[in-house]
Formats: sequence, C-alpha cells, structure tokens
Amino acid sequence: MNKYTEDDLREELKTKEYEYGFYTDIESDTFPIGLNEDIVRAISLKKEEPEWMTDWRLESFRAWQEMIEPEWANVNYIKPDFQAISYYSAPNSKPKYDSLDEVDPELLETFKKLGISIDEQKKLTGVAMDVVIDSVSVATTFKKTLNEKGIIFCSISEAIREHPELVKKYIGTVVPQRDNFYAALNSAVFSDGSFCYIPKGVRCPMELSTYFRINQAGTGQFERTLVIADQGSYVSYLEGCTAPSRDENQLHAAVVELIALDDAEIKYSTVQNWYPGNAEGKGGVFNFVTKRGICEKNAKISWTQVETGSAITWKYPSCILKGDNSVGEFYSIAVTNNYQQADTGTKMIHLGKNTKSTIISKGISAGKSQNSYRGLVQISSRADNARNFSQCDSLLMGNECGAHTFPYIEAKNKTAIIEHEATTSKIGEDQIFYCNQRGIDTEKAIALIVNGFSKDVLNKLPMEFAVEAQKLLEISLEGSVG
Amino acid sequence: MAFENLVDVDSPVHDVRSKAIKTFEAQGFPSKRDEEWKYTSLNSVLKHDYSVFPKHENAIEYNDVKKYFIHDIDTYKIVFIDGKYSSHLSQTTHDGIDVCLMSSALTKPKYKILIDNYFNKIATKDSFSSLNTAFSQEGAYIHIPKNKLAPKPIQIVHFSTGSEEALMLQPRNLIVVDENSHVQIIERHQSLTDNPVLTNSVTEIYANKRAIVDYYKIQNDNKNASLIDSTFINQKQESVASVHTFSFGGKLTRNNLNFYQNGERIDSTLKGVTIIGDKQHVDHNTLVHHIEPNCESHQDYKGIFGDNATGVFNGKVLVNKEAQKTNAFQANNNILLSDKASINTKPQLEIFADDVKCSHGCTIGQLDENAMFYMRSRGIPEKEAKALLMYAFSNNVLSSVKIPEIKQRITKIIATKLGVKIGFDL
Repeated sequence: MNKYTEDDLREELKTKEYEYGFYTDIESDTFPIGLNEDIVRAISLKKEEPEWMTDWRLESFRAWQEMIEPEWANVNYIKPDFQAISYYSAPNSKPKYDSLDEVDPELLETFKKLGISIDEQKKLTGVAMDVVIDSVSVATTFKKTLNEKGIIFCSISEAIREHPELVKKYIGTVVPQRDNFYAALNSAVFSDGSFCYIPKGVRCPMELSTYFRINQAGTGQFERTLVIADQGSYVSYLEGCTAPSRDENQLHAAVVELIALDDAEIKYSTVQNWYPGNAEGKGGVFNFVTKRGICEKNAKISWTQVETGSAITWKYPSCILKGDNSVGEFYSIAVTNNYQQADTGTKMIHLGKNTKSTIISKGISAGKSQNSYRGLVQISSRADNARNFSQCDSLLMGNECGAHTFPYIEAKNKTAIIEHEATTSKIGEDQIFYCNQRGIDTEKAIALIVNGFSKDVLNKLPMEFAVEAQKLLEISLEGSVG
Repeated sequence: MAFENLVDVDSPVHDVRSKAIKTFEAQGFPSKRDEEWKYTSLNSVLKHDYSVFPKHENAIEYNDVKKYFIHDIDTYKIVFIDGKYSSHLSQTTHDGIDVCLMSSALTKPKYKILIDNYFNKIATKDSFSSLNTAFSQEGAYIHIPKNKLAPKPIQIVHFSTGSEEALMLQPRNLIVVDENSHVQIIERHQSLTDNPVLTNSVTEIYANKRAIVDYYKIQNDNKNASLIDSTFINQKQESVASVHTFSFGGKLTRNNLNFYQNGERIDSTLKGVTIIGDKQHVDHNTLVHHIEPNCESHQDYKGIFGDNATGVFNGKVLVNKEAQKTNAFQANNNILLSDKASINTKPQLEIFADDVKCSHGCTIGQLDENAMFYMRSRGIPEKEAKALLMYAFSNNVLSSVKIPEIKQRITKIIATKLGVKIGFDL
C-alpha cells in the first residue's frame, strides 16, 4: 500500500523541516487580545448565536475564572498567558460557498499546500470535509450527498443556528462546562468546530473529515466538535491538524464530544501534526484537548490517534461505557522528538454490564523528548463481567529521551477481568543487523522497525490516513537515529 | 511538647531530630489529595487519640506469645513490648556481629562512626518518616561486619499489650551489612488486644558490596492495629537484597518499600502476598530506583481480596539515564472474591535510558472456573478447591522464601485465613 518509498522519503527529508510551516496571507478578522465577559459576548454575537448559547458560554467563563490550571501532567512548560491571546480570528468576510469554484483562490492554495486539495480529495477518496482555519469553518464538502441520507454535517455555528434542539440537548453532556480548566475555557470561547448527526439506522456512506489549521499569529484555537450517532447508525470521522511555524507557543484547546446511542458505532481518527517547535524546542503548539465519548447500550466508540506534532500534548480521549454490552477502544501512536513532551492516554469508565475495552498505546521517543502514557481503567461495582485489555509499549531512541507509563486501574467488581502490560525497549541491534545483512541500510531499517512496532495502531486507521500517518512517523523521527 | 525532657538532648542525633520535627510540622499527615496517598485514607486511623509514650512498663510471658515467633528454629531475637525493649524475651549478641538496640547504638561512642555514616541517610523526608525520625526511641540495630555470616536468622518482634487506650509506636531499625556478609531477618508487629495501635516503623538497610540480605515481613495483626511501614534499602555493587511481605491482618497496612541501586550488577527482589477480608486495607507502595548500569529488579505482588477489603498497589520503577542494560520486571496479580472488595493498582515505569528491558504486567481476575470444576468433579469440596487454587496463585512468591520454617508458617496462616485444614506442602 506504500508506493511512497523510502527513497522518496530520504529526498524529502533533506529538504524539509516542518512542511506545513507556511503562513497564508489571508486577510482575517481578529479580535483584540485578552479575555473577559465582553469578549465572550462578542464571540457569541459574531456567530449570531441564540441567547441560551450566550448564557451557556458566560456560565462556562465564570466557572473557568474560578479554576486553576492543572499541573499533574508529566510536562514542563511556561504557562500561556490567557490574556495575551486573541480568542477569535476568522478569514475575512466569510462568504457562503455553494461550490468549490467560488472559494477564494488563495484559500484553495492553502489547501493544496496542506496536501488536501479539497477538490482532488473529493473526487479521489470520497471524503466529506469540513475545513476549519483559525477556528472558523470555511468549507464543507459533499453536503448534498449527505443531506439525502438525513446526515447533518456542518460547522457547529451553523448547527447552533439550524439545529438548536440537537445542540442544546447534547452539548456539554459528555464534557460538562466545569469538567476541567481547558474544557471550561473552550466552552466559553469556542469559535467553531464541526457538528455531525447521523440519524437512526443510517450507515454514513463516506468518511467525514475535519481539517484544523491555526493560521494567524497570536491566536488560540478553540474548536468544539460534537458527533451524535443515533440508534443503530455508524460513522467514521477523521480529524487532521497543522499550524504554521512560529517562534511563539500557540494554544489549542479543543473539546470533542461523541455520543453513541443504542447500537451505534463511532470511529474517530486523528492525525495530529501541529507545529512541534524547532529543533531547539522553540515555539510549537500547546495542545490541551479534552475528548470524551459516551456509549449507550451495545454501542461502540473507537478512538485512533497518531500524535506527531505539538510542543506539549495533553490529551486523554476517553470512553464512558454506560450502556450494557458497550465497547470502547483506544489505539494510539505518540511520537515525540527534539524537545516535544506528550502526556497522553485514555480513560475507560466501565459502568454497564458486559462492557469491553481495549487499549493499545505505542509511544516512540527520540531526541530530548518526554513521552508519557497515562490511563485509567475503572470498573464500577455494577459493571458485571467487564473486560479490559491494555498494552502500552514504548520505544526509546537515544539516551536523552524518556518514556513513562502511569496506568491507574481501579476495580470494584469481582467479575472483572483486567489485563495490563507494558514494555519498554529500544530498537535491537540484532534487528538492525538482520536488515543490514540483507542490504537494507540503517535508516530504512529503522523506518521498517518503527512501522512494524506501530502496525497494530496503523491498521486501525482508514486507508488514506494510514499512508499519511506512516509518512508522518518517518518524518518526525528523521535524524533521530544515532 | 515535653519531649525534650524525655530524651537526651545532647545526643548526636538531636539535630537530626529537630530538623525532622520541623519537616513533619510543615507537611502534616498526608491526605488523599497527595498523589502517593490517593487510594489510602488515613481518617479512620488518625481519629484515635494516640499516646506516644506509654506510661508504664509491661511484661509478658514467653509461653503466651510463643506462637508469634518462628520458634522451631534457633534465632536471635530483639523483642519490644509497647515500644520498650524486653530483655527477658530477647536474645542479642555482640559476638562478631552486632544485634542489639538502636537506643544504645545512638548513645554509645563506639557506634558513632556507623551512626554518623548511616543513620537517617536514605530515609525520605516524607511526613511519616520524619515523624519517626523525630520521635523514635527504640528499634533494632544490626551490624554484620565484613566477611561475616550471621549464624542464625534474626527476629524483630514488636508487641503491644493494649494497656493504653490507643498507642502509637515509632520503631526505628538500622541494618548495616558490610562486604561479603549475609543476614536473614524476620520482622513482625503484633498487638495482643483489640485496642487500637498505630505503628509507624522506619527501617534503613544498607547492603554493601556483594552483601546478601533477606528480609521477611509477617503482617498478621489484630483488626484494630494499623501499620505504616517504610523500608529503605541502599544497595552497593553486586549485592543481592530481597524483601518478602506477607500481609494477612491489620486494619490498615501501608508498606513503603524503596530500593536504591547505587552500584553495578545489583539484584533486587520485592515480593508480596496479600490475603485480606473484612474491611481491611493493604497498600503496597514500592520504588525501585535504578541508578547504575547492569542491574536487575524483580517485583511480584499477589493479592486476594474478600468481603469489603481494599487493596492498593503502587509500584514505580525509575531508570536513570546512566542505568543502561537494566532489567526490570514488575507483576501485580489480583483476585477479587466479593463484589464489595476493590483493588486499585498503578504500576508506573519512568525510564530515561534507552538500552533497557522493562516490563510490567498487571491483572485482575477470578479463580479459574474450569480448574474449580476439575477439582470438584474429583470430590474436592468447594472450599478446599478454592483454597488450593489461591495457594497455587500465591505460590510464586512463597517459592523464593529461603527459610523453610517461614514457608511452613506462612502456609499455615494462609490455611487459617482461608478456613481450611489442609496442609499445602502435600
């Protein structure tokens, strides 16, 4: 499946550092820096939101003011100054597009650079996309096809206007406003994001996808994603992110809520490639994300993530297995290089009977980076016959990086079966020797071994993403081989 | 506090004590908000008004307490009653090796060099250890000089008679094992009535070059006795140290076990069996710090929890950047027997070196139904079948116990605990 060979990669590696580091000069409408109730109101007004939404935001803002930034994660950074960020930045005079031909050509150019030329992607892969630049959704494709099935896929601002009953019913039910510091901040100031509703019994015919990009300097990105899969439906959702290279640290604090009603299934895949900072650890995105899903009876939520970017990653996609027989899955590859720090993992909260969860986490650290897995498996006393399997493997490259695992396991039911295993190792000299012997040079051998190490997770990604992810892995680890 | 009047202010450790009091005052007792105490609440233990210094001395007859000793082999004994040394129950020695009292070691000039070099050097400055450093008056002092083999095992036994309403004990042990020497130690805390007792014990063990130390902790106390045990082990190159902890009794038991590997080619073993019921709580908090290359550590903790019992395992393996070729293994297996029992486990790895083999495994499950069926279809009653399976489950830990009498004793305790009369060494 990989026609993009190692030779191409080598060529590419010579020339590029972070290929998405460009900045597109799109005129944009940016709010003054700082955060207070007026800004929250202004954002709400700008988005033409109904009153209940404004109140909801204000409530979150007040809650946020009383909260303190969490410090328990195994990461070190200078805390962002929340009053020095602009909380709203949107490509100027946002027109309503009916077709791609009407899109601002410069914007289209941006997409081309992103390697996600919407037009092309639309034809080739049949992926419906929602593109969010600087937290505002600029283009949603394939709307018509989806509409025929009754699927709603649009920006969350649009959903608040057009489908307030759905948004009102579900927003904040999985990640409450007061859930944590960043979730509260997001609830107050989120500027856009994606909304998706799959009606009863519908199997979404194509992958839905959102592409996030921070473009403007000095802005934070706060998007909110809400995916609702009604009874017996199925959806596969993809998310990708990039940002320009800047010396400053940009803040990204998103909230993703998934709701899988009875018998529904949601597959949520992320390829996170925010700008990780340069080789000296300067700049890069702070990625503080709250992702959580709730499973009703017989429902299934599967999180797959490939984390290669961001200076700091603080992210724990979780599943609340509320309904009986529900299933939660978490597959993750986290790669850190240079001075990157990642503290990521998952929470599996077993509440219903016969619930099952699987956690596969692969951490790869290189350079001077720190990579932590932090997870919680909780079996409540009512969750009879709950089953969990967790596996956390870490691969270390070089002796200046660190790999850490912090698994929390709490069982309150005697019928629970929980297995957890973790290993840490480096790439074996014998493995490399074996490859060298067969004419594969060291650089290629490492790529092969890393690929093999990550296979369990890569296999879970949708095809197009898997190729991209594989490429990303190799690029992120470039030069880390001693 | 009138504490100053009770101890020798001129003693060389007075400075250490005053510092420790300050540390404790600054920290207070830990609460559930402390990450290290997240799963263990001290509320039920700290609610009593403990007396720190028992008012009168108590004596007990050997025959009354014989069963608490490993009495079928010859051993040295250091026995304390309500924190006071009991000379008629003890058997100490200065013949080649020193097996004696902490209080005399702290005051007599001939021990000064050792005390200066070793006392309170590796104990962490956390709240309970500081409290102990500040208030401890008695404990065991064991020194095995170079190239010596302790001729017989040493038993350290602490009795509390319950003559006080509620008693807090602060035993402090120091064990120094020099080059090429070998020692086996058995430690036990036992209260003789149901009056609440809180024991805050601190043990520092130094295993120097090529020393071998085997330490066994038997914890099978009464239902109102609580134990906070902090053991610190500093190992030098090529030394071999093992600590086996058997937790069957007590209300709340907290074992802080810390290994520091300050040398190459060190081997550390941490093993434990926990079988509890009622409302008992056992918390194992272990740390193995790999500081230098080519060392190994093995951890194996088994837990069986019935009734309303709660278990905690918090194991941490820390591998420094320099500690290449480390081989660290950690396993924690648990069985829950009742719906109200719970287990919280948190096996952590923090690794900064790349050429290492570190793994941990952790399971929570039940007894194998097929195995149960197999035995029951062959006429073994349910209770016995269960007991056999549980014994088999914990056998991994027992198999590395080097003193056969201890093994026998433990199997007996397990049998009583499980309510069966079978001897397991069939």
